[in-house]
Amino acid sequence: MVYLTRKAEFSASHFYHNPEFTPEENQRVFGKCNNPNGHGHNYTLEVTVKGAVDPKSGFVVDLKQLKDVVSREVLDALDHRFLNKEVPEFLTAVPAMIPTTENLAIVIWQRLAPKLKAAQLHRVRVYETPDLFVDFYGEA
Amino acid sequence: MKAHLTRRYMISASHRLHSDQMSEEENRATYGKCNNPYGHGHNYMVEVTVSGPVAAQTGMVCNLVDLDNFVHSHILERYDHRNLNLLPEFAKLVPTTENLCIAIYEIVKRGFRKAHLEKVRIEETMMNSFEYSGKRENL
Repeated sequence: MVYLTRKAEFSASHFYHNPEFTPEENQRVFGKCNNPNGHGHNYTLEVTVKGAVDPKSGFVVDLKQLKDVVSREVLDALDHRFLNKEVPEFLTAVPAMIPTTENLAIVIWQRLAPKLKAAQLHRVRVYETPDLFVDFYGEA
Repeated sequence: MKAHLTRRYMISASHRLHSDQMSEEENRATYGKCNNPYGHGHNYMVEVTVSGPVAAQTGMVCNLVDLDNFVHSHILERYDHRNLNLLPEFAKLVPTTENLCIAIYEIVKRGFRKAHLEKVRIEETMMNSFEYSGKRENL
C-alpha cells in the first residue's frame, strides 16, 4: 500500500451563523466569524489516496486524473466563491451546514470519494491558515 | 462525523540537556553542544490535535476559542520565554523535546475537556520533530 498526496489551493469567503441560535448566541459561539458580510481565507487542500502500485505504470493513481477530479469536483465549486451563498451543501442543507473547516473537509470528502476509481481516498486535509487544519478520514 | 482538528502554537524557550545520572564526560558524549553549561534556545512549534464528532449546531469539533484559551493559559504561559530546566517537571527529567512533548500532552489530556486529545507534535527546529499520543507502554 502506498499513499499519495496531491495539494491544491482555493480562496473563498464564508461566515458562521446558525439560524436556530439567537443573535446573541451566534455572536457568543462564533465571535467575529459571525460577521454577516463574511470574510475570506486562502485554503490549502491536501488529498491523500492509497492503493497498490500498478506494476505496468508504477502509479498508485494517474496524477493527471486525480488533478482533474479535484479541479472539477472541488475547485470549480469552491474557488473564489462565497461558501454560504454559492455552494449547495452550505446553502440548502437542512439543518443548515455551517461552512467551518471541519464541514469543508467532510464536503470535499463526499465530493471526491465516489469519483475516485483507481485509488481509495484516505484523508482530506484542509488548511484554513498555516496554523489551523482539519483532517477527515471518512469516519462516521 | 468524526474529524481531527490541529492547531499550531509557538513557544520560545531555553534548555540544557544534562543528566545527573551521567558523569560530565558521559553528558558531553551524549548531548554534545546541547550540554553547554549555559544552555541555548529554540522556537518550538507545538501542534495540538484533537478529535471528535462535528457538532451539527456549530460545525465544529470544539470551539477554537476554548482550545486557544486553554493552550495559552496552561501551555504558553508555562513554557514561553522560560528556561525549561528551572521548571518543576524538569527538576529530575532532562528537558529534551521528547519529554517536553509528553509534559504538554499530559497537561492538555488532564485539563482540556472539550474534545479528545489525539496527539501533541513539536518541531524543535525545521529539521526535527517529535510526537506523542499517550501510548505509555513505549516509554
